[in-house]
Amino acid sequence: MGKQVFKLPDIGEGVVEGEVVQWHVAAGDTVTEDDPIVDVMTDKATVTIPSPVTGVVTSLSGDVGDMVAVGSTLVEFDSDADAAPASKPEAEPEAASPPTPPPAPEPAADPTPAPAAAKPAPALAAASSKVLASPAIRRRAREAGVDLSQVRGSGPAGRVRHADLDAYIAADGAVTGAAPSSYSTKRTDVTEVKVVGLRRKIAEQMTISKSTIPHFSYFEEVDVTELEALRQVLNASRDESQPKLTYLPFIMLALSRIMPEHPECNANYDDQGGVVARHGAVHIGIATQTDRGLYVPVVKHVEAMDAWQAAAEMQRVASAARDGTASLEDLTGSTFTITSLGRDGGLGATPIINHPEVAILGVHKARDMPVVRDGQIVVRRIMNLSSSFDHRVVDGADGAALVQHLRRMLEHPALIFM
Amino acid sequence: MGETRRCDVLVVGAGPGGYVAAIRAAQLGLRTIIVEADKAGGTCLIRGCIPSKAIIHAAERFEHLRQHASEGGHMGISVDGEPGVDMAAMVSWKDSIVERLNKGVEALLKGAGAELVKGWATFEGAKRCTVETADGTVGIEAENVIIATGSSHIDLPFMPCDEEFILSSTGALDLERLPKSAAIVGGGYIGLELGCALAKLGTEVTVVEGLDSILAIMDAELRRPLEIWLKKHGVAVHTNALARGTEIKGKGAARKVELTFEKAGEEHSIKVDKVLVTVGRKPNTKGWGLENTGVRMDAAGRFIRIDRRCRTSVPGVYAIGDVAGEPMLAHKASAEGEMVAEIIAGHEREFDKVAIPAIVFTEPEIISVGLTPHEAEERGEQIIVGKFPFAASGRALSIEAEKTGGFVRVTARESDHVILGVQAVGTHVAEMHAEFVLALEMGALLEDVAGTVHAHPTMSEAFHESVLKTLGHAIHIG
Repeated sequence: MGKQVFKLPDIGEGVVEGEVVQWHVAAGDTVTEDDPIVDVMTDKATVTIPSPVTGVVTSLSGDVGDMVAVGSTLVEFDSDADAAPASKPEAEPEAASPPTPPPAPEPAADPTPAPAAAKPAPALAAASSKVLASPAIRRRAREAGVDLSQVRGSGPAGRVRHADLDAYIAADGAVTGAAPSSYSTKRTDVTEVKVVGLRRKIAEQMTISKSTIPHFSYFEEVDVTELEALRQVLNASRDESQPKLTYLPFIMLALSRIMPEHPECNANYDDQGGVVARHGAVHIGIATQTDRGLYVPVVKHVEAMDAWQAAAEMQRVASAARDGTASLEDLTGSTFTITSLGRDGGLGATPIINHPEVAILGVHKARDMPVVRDGQIVVRRIMNLSSSFDHRVVDGADGAALVQHLRRMLEHPALIFM
Repeated sequence: MGETRRCDVLVVGAGPGGYVAAIRAAQLGLRTIIVEADKAGGTCLIRGCIPSKAIIHAAERFEHLRQHASEGGHMGISVDGEPGVDMAAMVSWKDSIVERLNKGVEALLKGAGAELVKGWATFEGAKRCTVETADGTVGIEAENVIIATGSSHIDLPFMPCDEEFILSSTGALDLERLPKSAAIVGGGYIGLELGCALAKLGTEVTVVEGLDSILAIMDAELRRPLEIWLKKHGVAVHTNALARGTEIKGKGAARKVELTFEKAGEEHSIKVDKVLVTVGRKPNTKGWGLENTGVRMDAAGRFIRIDRRCRTSVPGVYAIGDVAGEPMLAHKASAEGEMVAEIIAGHEREFDKVAIPAIVFTEPEIISVGLTPHEAEERGEQIIVGKFPFAASGRALSIEAEKTGGFVRVTARESDHVILGVQAVGTHVAEMHAEFVLALEMGALLEDVAGTVHAHPTMSEAFHESVLKTLGHAIHIG
């Protein structure tokens, strides 16, 4: 480490002195070359003077407000810059030039290293990675203060055209380019997939449901902060034989408790026979995505279960559906279906009723949200529910009542266990 | 001290960087002074690009004449008698071209309104200098300074140039007599361009290169036709050979210079009329008060450090051209000079070139624009490469440009066909570079060039064909 004295350089314009406006460093600070050290104001301009070295500041001359003459000492450093001026890789400014070729050994007998040969660097290149745009467009963008990397090029290979820049400037950046033409990404391949097997089954089911059932959908958000706390406590204290609890077992349990008060929703409607079969039992279908397509395995008699049992049975039937070992019994007999829209988020959906049922509940991902409570913004855990009902046999008020009842149960989870 | 002048822009050095900067600055209405100790035009115009191209052209004419004068002539043309070279006359013809261009540059500066001050500038501060002119000392104070001091020949300390026996490229362009034999130390582009010209004029040329190949800036595929030409024309090339020293031998007009070099552990020596030292060029950072400007150097301490706007570490002081970094090429300097003048005039500019073309005027000529296939792969690009040989070009055949085994090679990104680089080697290919570099700057795809009609019969068709080849459907080769 050597001592280095840094004097106020001639900052030009005939300036002989400058006023220290602001120090960016203090004695004892470690600075890297080019870090700002001080702002000096002259009668022409304020100039930020960068550190000439990497090292430790040992002393500063001049307090804020002092006039400092050009050539007088400004800062003293302890620096090893003398010993190794090139120790730090320079933040090379010239991205347009190629890296300087390493000094090539030249035909020199002298033991001192021969100076590097001056060679025309063979071209340069920044063809990749850079924005594809003609020189005229680059110039226009620079003059307009537009960062071309923010402009979506609609030309071949994403080349930025004048129209893209026009659109960007006209919309003040709100539009990132002209209408897409995506010449280079236009795809013309068509793959034909036969709709057979389970896929055809699903297609038929969905068609029956959607074309015969007049759906109405209803959305609500539920504050599950307390439920989340309960869930955490239960999960923390569970023994190894018990499955991890998600929100679903609680929702299933809550539904099973309240269904006696909403019998029109826990039913199968035989529209050919003109009969609605309202069920005492709560058999909840769980919409399950498998490699082969959508299955709805059924958890039977949820009303007779506790949370752990509901979770375990749900896990069993879902895995059975996924690995193809589900029995017919596992896949039939549901009186109500839950479709978990959780993992991928989403604010709302319009789930299609699992015919001949009359109601379905979609459960969205719970997330922390700002909520106004008692005039204050507080963070609460919020889950959205999307439900659909068969309007032929469930009136809007009845569907809404079920969801509102469910919301009360979930917001005050003790009620589930009363 | 005499008068002190003030100006908006002071340009130091009237080479292709400085004079362009000064003309542009003056065009933009800035009070501009340009200082030059030598003739306006710089290395490029006075003792580099232009004079060497003149000599190379003359050498080519001579070679043609010799072909026609040989037994039986050539292409039905024969010349009686042996063509001769009057080196002094050739040099004075070359000088007349230099003179014209030098006068032209001075007239352009004057026409634009830039004042040329002839003399050596010495800086006392970042924006103050004194110039020793024929009419006394002039002080200049400027709002903005553009440093364009260029570069100069690198001497080997154990065999410094005397410009009599040991020549720099400057001396080699001012020969009084054609040497019977010459050794070229340093097989870079400068040495090889002159080496090819001398060989065409009939000089017995030996190249001594320290690296394991000549012209290491170009890849092996591009070098190959040149290496073959040198071999065919009796140019001895020693690679991995280090010059050790020279000694003047003999008396009077019979004096020769003996060059000693070491190769594979063995010492060799050759007696020649002239030794040409072309081991490279160094930026001119000394002798004009750089140390008083506060301008900082780059990490290696070799060039003045600049950013993408050619700004140095001192506000209002810019550096352009050879003194400010690789590639040390005249056209890069000019482009930077033009840009800096516009920045000073208040325009938003940045040096954002996609490619700076590099051309070597050897026989055959070699061009490189953008990335080579190897460089593209090193960057992690998935590439497609297409090559088209001039042997399949009708135009090349009709002007005997195919004889040097040249080709055009195109490298493009496989996924979107953006052209990443174009190289070419061949007789008379230099002018083709402009289309290559335009393609790169415009962000052209292979399909853009493929869809552009190229006139027949021209050398440029080879670019079109090489692009078709890259796309997999060239017409004139399989």
